[in-house]
Amino acid sequence: MKIRLNDVVKTFDTFRAVHGVSLEIESGELVALLGPSGSGKTTILRMVAGLEYADHGHIYFGDEDATDIPVRDRGVGFVFQHYALFPHMTVAENIAFGMKVSKVKRTPEAIRDRVEELLALVQLSGLGERFPGQISGGQRQRVALARALAVDPRVLLLDEPFGALDANVRRDLRRWLRKIHDELGITTLFVTHDQEEALDLADRVVILDKGNIVQEGTPEEVCRAPQNAFVMKFLGDANALPATVRDGKAYVQDIAFDAPDLKDGPADLLFRPADVSWRESGDGVPAQILRVLDRPDSRRVLARTTGGQSIEFDTAPEFPHKKGEQGFLDIRRPRVYATT
Amino acid sequence: MKRRVLPGLPLSLGITLVYAAIIIVLPLAALVFKAASLGPADYWRIVSSDRAVASYVVTVSSALAATVFNLVFGLALAWVLVRYRFPGRRLIDALVDLPFALPTAVAGISLTTLFATNGWFGAPLSELGVKVAYTPLGIMIAMAFTSLPFVVRTVQPVLEELDPALEEVAQTLGGSDVSIFRRVILPLLTPALLAGVSLSFARSLGEFGAIIFIAGNQPFSTEITALLAFIRLEEYDYPASAAIASVMLIAAFVMLAVTNLMQARALRYTVRN
Repeated sequence: MKIRLNDVVKTFDTFRAVHGVSLEIESGELVALLGPSGSGKTTILRMVAGLEYADHGHIYFGDEDATDIPVRDRGVGFVFQHYALFPHMTVAENIAFGMKVSKVKRTPEAIRDRVEELLALVQLSGLGERFPGQISGGQRQRVALARALAVDPRVLLLDEPFGALDANVRRDLRRWLRKIHDELGITTLFVTHDQEEALDLADRVVILDKGNIVQEGTPEEVCRAPQNAFVMKFLGDANALPATVRDGKAYVQDIAFDAPDLKDGPADLLFRPADVSWRESGDGVPAQILRVLDRPDSRRVLARTTGGQSIEFDTAPEFPHKKGEQGFLDIRRPRVYATT
Repeated sequence: MKRRVLPGLPLSLGITLVYAAIIIVLPLAALVFKAASLGPADYWRIVSSDRAVASYVVTVSSALAATVFNLVFGLALAWVLVRYRFPGRRLIDALVDLPFALPTAVAGISLTTLFATNGWFGAPLSELGVKVAYTPLGIMIAMAFTSLPFVVRTVQPVLEELDPALEEVAQTLGGSDVSIFRRVILPLLTPALLAGVSLSFARSLGEFGAIIFIAGNQPFSTEITALLAFIRLEEYDYPASAAIASVMLIAAFVMLAVTNLMQARALRYTVRN
């Protein structure tokens, strides 16, 4: 089911959480809404679900205007960050809940068979008689997903689905969710503030800031061509150096970088820690090493330019230089954005 | 032995045990002892006399009615206080405790004044043919008034902890308001409701001060068990008084045991492996 948001606005009391957002999610697509807290991503998800009503604008499911359809008739599966499992029901009863309260009557046998099928899908066969308090967090989240899928929703909505889990479980569940999505082909929208999760899982990433969409595209598009400094910084570690643009060149301490299509004036030069090499002499921004941190597969070097800016960059584990040494930073793939 | 963080456990435990023994166990033991001084035949004659049985019926039926009223109204009150923000909410929240703080005699006198046939409520009600003061209905109202806080105060904290996401997820699964209330909210509130209801019922069974003013105290129609025990006491018939009181004591014990069992059943899901 294709979802379309057309100029959707939501205001809470005096705080405008979502400013005129328009967005299209193709049928069968897996899309991530990515943004820091307060960016409006959860509000958008809740409006698609019908748990909040839009103050302005329309939400379409396929060709149908779903803006005013109440949540219980909207046919969405919703998974909450903290699972929201019914604590007084067993796992099987939780999964069966939607089928039991449905207007479509099913026989107890049909419900039982469907529950077994879903338990198998989420790899929890045999745990149907447990209560939510008796299973782990990762298992609970899988039960929550099975419960959402039980009513054959038109779209699946997940609000920070892995946010409450520890890192290893989170990575496993992420890959597993992708697999389930590919098997079922259900249109899925999920909210996260974790850029790694969004890039790992989604066909398309929608990046939000302060209630507006800043950029949307495939993981490759947003990673390779961040549209502004916010996206660049939000997607991963980034160094920033103040620069001045003159005639299509950005100058950092007299070193020139290409900056076509940019007006003359102050700008920021952004680059990733992996895109820096250390040189003892030659071209580059002069800097001094402050600290060297060891990582399992690399070394991270903290340095300060002679202009006083802090820079971090990654090197091979064999990096021989030590605290206090002077040298030059060779910056690759820099991106220049006009200072706003 | 493991070192304890807080010192003085033997001392505080000792004080607790002595206190419990002197304040709770001793009077109850004295009561049982006094009642036991009657022979079984006398005991049975006293506790099964027509007047005593009539008082049980009045007391228990009024207490049941008052408890059902408090169950419904107390749940509604707790719901409103937790789920809505409105001007005066804190005032109402404070008012809920008033029946606890008020001397029960004061409550009884005010209720009698209000519900007497010339009172603010009593006058219009008597025109409709409903008599409250000096009837079992009056007993029920006095019981409901004095035991209202129990249900509200036991349900309120549980309701505050109830995750709104549970209701939201039930809505996304297609649940109607009625089925969400019946299948999700009510089962989760049941243990607290049981606790509140049993306290409310126990308090109603034992209420004395508020009732004697409004009840009229006619034997066989508006005489409560506590009053009958009191009358026997005034007649210096201590064993009879103790016998009647022991019936109330047994009733209270049985009821607490039953509600505890029901609560344990309702809380099965919290048991971990």
